[in-house]
Parts: sequence; C-alpha cells; structure tokens
Amino acid sequence: MEWVNAIVQGTLLGGLYALFAAGLSLIFGVMRLVNIAHGDLIVLAAYLGLTTTIMLGMHPLAALLIVVPLMAAAGYGLQRGVLNQTLGDDILPPLLVTFGLSVIIQNALLEAYSADPQKMDAGVLETASISLGGLTLGVLPLLTFAVAVAIIAGLQWTFYHTALGRAFRAVSDNQDIAQLMGLNRRHVFGLAMALSLAVTAVAGVLLGVRTSFDPSIGGGRLIFGFEAVIIGGLGNIWGTLAGGVILGVAQTVGAKIDPGWQILAGHIAFLVILAVRPNGLFPRMT
Amino acid sequence: MNATQSHVTRTTSTARAAMLFGAIATAILIAAPWWAGRADMRLMSELFLYMALASLWNLMAGYAGLVSVGQQAYVGFGGYMLFALTIFGGLHPMAAIALTPVLGALVSVPVAILIFRLRGAYFAIGTWVIAEVFRLVFAQVLALGGGSGSSLPVGIVRSLADSRSGREALSYWLALGAALLVIAVIYLFLRSRKGLALTAIRDNELAAGSLGIDIWRTKFVVYVVVSALTAMIGALIFLQKLRISPDAAFSVNDWTAFVIFIVVIGGIGTIEGPIIGTLVFFLLRETLADLGTIYLMVLGLVAIIVMLKAPKGLWGLVRERFGLELFPLGYRVEPATGKKED
Repeated sequence: MEWVNAIVQGTLLGGLYALFAAGLSLIFGVMRLVNIAHGDLIVLAAYLGLTTTIMLGMHPLAALLIVVPLMAAAGYGLQRGVLNQTLGDDILPPLLVTFGLSVIIQNALLEAYSADPQKMDAGVLETASISLGGLTLGVLPLLTFAVAVAIIAGLQWTFYHTALGRAFRAVSDNQDIAQLMGLNRRHVFGLAMALSLAVTAVAGVLLGVRTSFDPSIGGGRLIFGFEAVIIGGLGNIWGTLAGGVILGVAQTVGAKIDPGWQILAGHIAFLVILAVRPNGLFPRMT
Repeated sequence: MNATQSHVTRTTSTARAAMLFGAIATAILIAAPWWAGRADMRLMSELFLYMALASLWNLMAGYAGLVSVGQQAYVGFGGYMLFALTIFGGLHPMAAIALTPVLGALVSVPVAILIFRLRGAYFAIGTWVIAEVFRLVFAQVLALGGGSGSSLPVGIVRSLADSRSGREALSYWLALGAALLVIAVIYLFLRSRKGLALTAIRDNELAAGSLGIDIWRTKFVVYVVVSALTAMIGALIFLQKLRISPDAAFSVNDWTAFVIFIVVIGGIGTIEGPIIGTLVFFLLRETLADLGTIYLMVLGLVAIIVMLKAPKGLWGLVRERFGLELFPLGYRVEPATGKKED
C-alpha cells in the first residue's frame, strides 16, 4: 500500500510539473524558442503571489486574478520588446538572451526579497485531505492536478478550435506565409508568450502554496519542466501531462527508496527514456 | 597581375607583432612570483583559469555550435577527481592533475552519445541535467564529505612544495601554463584539417555535410576534447581553493554563467574574444563587485545588450573597424607587387 501511495502522490505531483512544462512546450511549439528563464519566471510568479497575498490580504488562489494578467502582460512586453529581436535561424541569441534574463530575474528577486525561503499561506487548504480506499489525498495536490488537466485541455482546445490557435499553428508551420495571409507574427508571438506566462503564473502560485521557495530554485524548476516536455514527446500538449506524471512518480518512488535519491531518480528516469526513446514516449504524429 | 605572381600566406604583420607582444607578456607573467604580491598572483591565477574555461566553451559553442550550460559537470568532476586520486589513490597532486583530462574524456564519451540526441537549445538544457546528476551523485559519496564537502589534507598540499611561497608560485605557474596550453591547443586545432572542417560547420552545417564532413564525429571530438581539458582546469581550480563541496564544484553561476558572459561580451566564435572578455570581466568585477547582486544584474544586462546590438562582441567590433586578426587562422592571397621579393 505504501508503494501505491507513493505512485498516487507522484502522479499528483506530476500535475505541477506538467504546468511547468506546458508553458515551455507552448512557446517552443509556436516559435521554436527555448526559454532558459522559464524557471525563474515561475519563481517570479510565486513572489508576485506572495506580495499580493500579503499586501491585499487575499487568499493565494484569489491572488491568481492579479498575478495571471500581470505575468501575461509582462510576457507580451518581453516578447515584443526583447525576444522577437533574437528569433532567426541562429539558436544562440535566444538562448543567451534568456540566459541573461534568468540571471537578472534571479538577482533582482534576491535584492528585493532576500535569500530567505518564503511560503504562501493558504489556510486550511494546505492541510485538508480526503480519504479514499485507504489512501489519504491532500486537497491541494488534487486541486493542482485538476487545474493542470483543465489548463492542458484548455490549451489543446485553444490550439485546434479558435482563431488564436489557428494563428499559432500558422506561424509555427511557416512564418513568411502566415505573414502574407495577414497575420502579424510579432503580435502572434507576443500572444503566445503572454499565454505561456499566464500558465507559468498559475504554476508559480501553486508551487508557492505547496512548498517554500527562494530566488535560487528557478533552474531546478526549468529542468523539471524540460524533462516533462522531452519525456512526453515534443509538440504534444497532452504528452507534457504524461511526462510530468512519469517524472513525479519517479521522484516519489526514488524518495521512498532513499530520501537523498528523490531528484536523482527523476533525472535518471529522464535519461533512460532519452536513451531508449529519444523522441519521447508520445511524439506528435506528422 | 597574374596568379603566379601572388602568393598565399597565413600570417600578417599584425599577427607577427601580436605574437612578439604575446611572447614578451608571457615572459613577464612567468616572472610574476618575483614581482607580484600574493593577492595579485591569486587574482591572476583565477583570471588565467577563467580564460581557459572561456576559450574552451567558445570552441564548443562558437565553432561546433554545441551550446552547453552544463560544463560545470566537468569542472566539478575534475575537482573531485583531484581530491579522490590524491586522498584515496595516494597520487602526487601533479600526477592527479595530469590524469584528470583522461578521466574527463572517458566520462564525456557516454554522456555525449546520450545528449547528442537532443538538438539545439534542448541540448543546452540536457547538459544542465547531466551536471545536476553529477552534483547529486557526488553529494551521495560520503567518503568525499557528501553534501558538505571536504578539504585537501595538509600532507598532500605540502607535497607540492616545502615553502608557502613555493606552493603559491607553483600553483600560479600551473594556472598560467594551463591557459597557454588551452589557447595553443585551440589555435593549432583550428589551423588543422579538423579545424577547417569545424569552421565550415560553423558557417553552414548543411553545406559542410554535403562536402563530406562527418558532422556528428567532428562535434563529438570537440565535445570530448573540451570536456577533458575542462576537467583539468577544474582540478586546478580546486587545487587553488583547497576545499570542495558539491554546490561549489557544480555551480552553474560560477562555471557557466560567468563563462558565457565572458565569451559573449568578448566575441563568440573567435580566439581573441574569450581572452578580451576575461580581461573585461575581471576589470568589471574588481570595480563593481562591492555592489553584489546589482553587479550580476548589470552583467546580465550587458550580455543581453551585446547579444542584441553587437552579436560579435567587443572583438567583433574591433575586427570590423580595423580588420585585425591576432591569431591567423585563415588564408590570404598577397599580390606580388614586384618590388618586394622574399
């Protein structure tokens, strides 16, 4: 039963990792951009949530109403102001610019909030749990998982059933022809980054309610999101959920064997999948 | 003027002057233990080791197109191997340092086979995962101090040289020698046949492939050589520090972020770039380091602006303006004017 418990808890943890991964996967799909600062943006969202809850006395989940639009606007501005200038055939500029951005965000957070670990107070939600057939499931992890499923379903629907999604797919397939068809690709990229950071905002706030955080943890969150994307298969939005769950289960099962092995077990699962299925488990059929 | 009268040359008068200047500067630097203070020598050692790391990273990213954010894996690995070989293997520190590149190369082969499956930016994050795996594994090795790390025993440090000034001079010369070795290896490599293939891949991978260059193999060789030498530099870094811990050994900020900033600011894809970048980096650090986190933000901002406005870096600006090349890599045709005969 302990093992079943580890697997179930790992699955729920995977929901959070899928949220880390979804934003990363979205912008890679639309503009082939890998955002090295993604993890630091998750942490930034957590700090924005913290400030909002403290200053306005709001519940962290209500703070989403402020943090999500704020991060989305920042994403649009970042894309139009900086990142659009880096896009092209050369992969070096976007990589190095987002890397510089990552260092700037990390140190700005350090300057503003110090290195002390912080945590958001979500009241009874943090400890509430329900019993289910001998297992005790936290309400917060369940909620996180449900939110992840809902957001991924929403992204899938946006991609395939809306005008915005059509624009995303068009610029992804061929930027020049999309431009000729009257789409402003710079604007479309801005919207993609806005959507990506909106998802990141949700991920950051849920992270900040679940565990304590400090400015240095961004790199680790980027790696978890990245691993979930590769395990699930590039270009497959539902794949990121599967990838997140596999990573989460590997970590909780690893922690069960030896607490020091939690993170390492996740990395090893990723490397094994990279060795046997380099395109991930569910690559997009083309 | 017909073709038979002109001749092909690899060197220029600027390059010859630079070579002479370099030789004089090297001679002065070798004599540093007799004219520099203890603190200056430590600073210069650190500078040389960063110069070596930056030159190596530049060979991978600027020439082979392998943008890694995980070279701290080999810096830390080299450092830990120095400790393990001297403490448990009973080797003399010099022998251990000579052995680290071999071990680094051996480890980098399976790593390369695995992460070369990832393309472009995903390769970059893949290298970071590898570095994290190294960090977490070494944190589990209790014999080397686990998560809190360990110090190099006094007996081993003493075996380098009897007096403190002797040890400091030796450690300085090792750092200087390592930087010169790395730059010389890169220069000779780029002038060789393999280097020509590498330059072709940098300029156009598709065209290089269609000319019969084995792209995967060329990149693989670069990755293994760079990793081996990075491990050796790692051993020298921790010989200076005398103390190692997983967080310091595998720090992404210290061994990758700074190195990337150095190369980008100096000029990526040139031999001169990392050298100039290192000098600028240390100049900035010595003047702004008191600002702490602000300094790092400024550094990140400068790197972003350079990448957007002058992607070839400081050296790129100089080269475009004056057409200089201090390390002659290319071939140039000199028309024979008739007046001058060699």
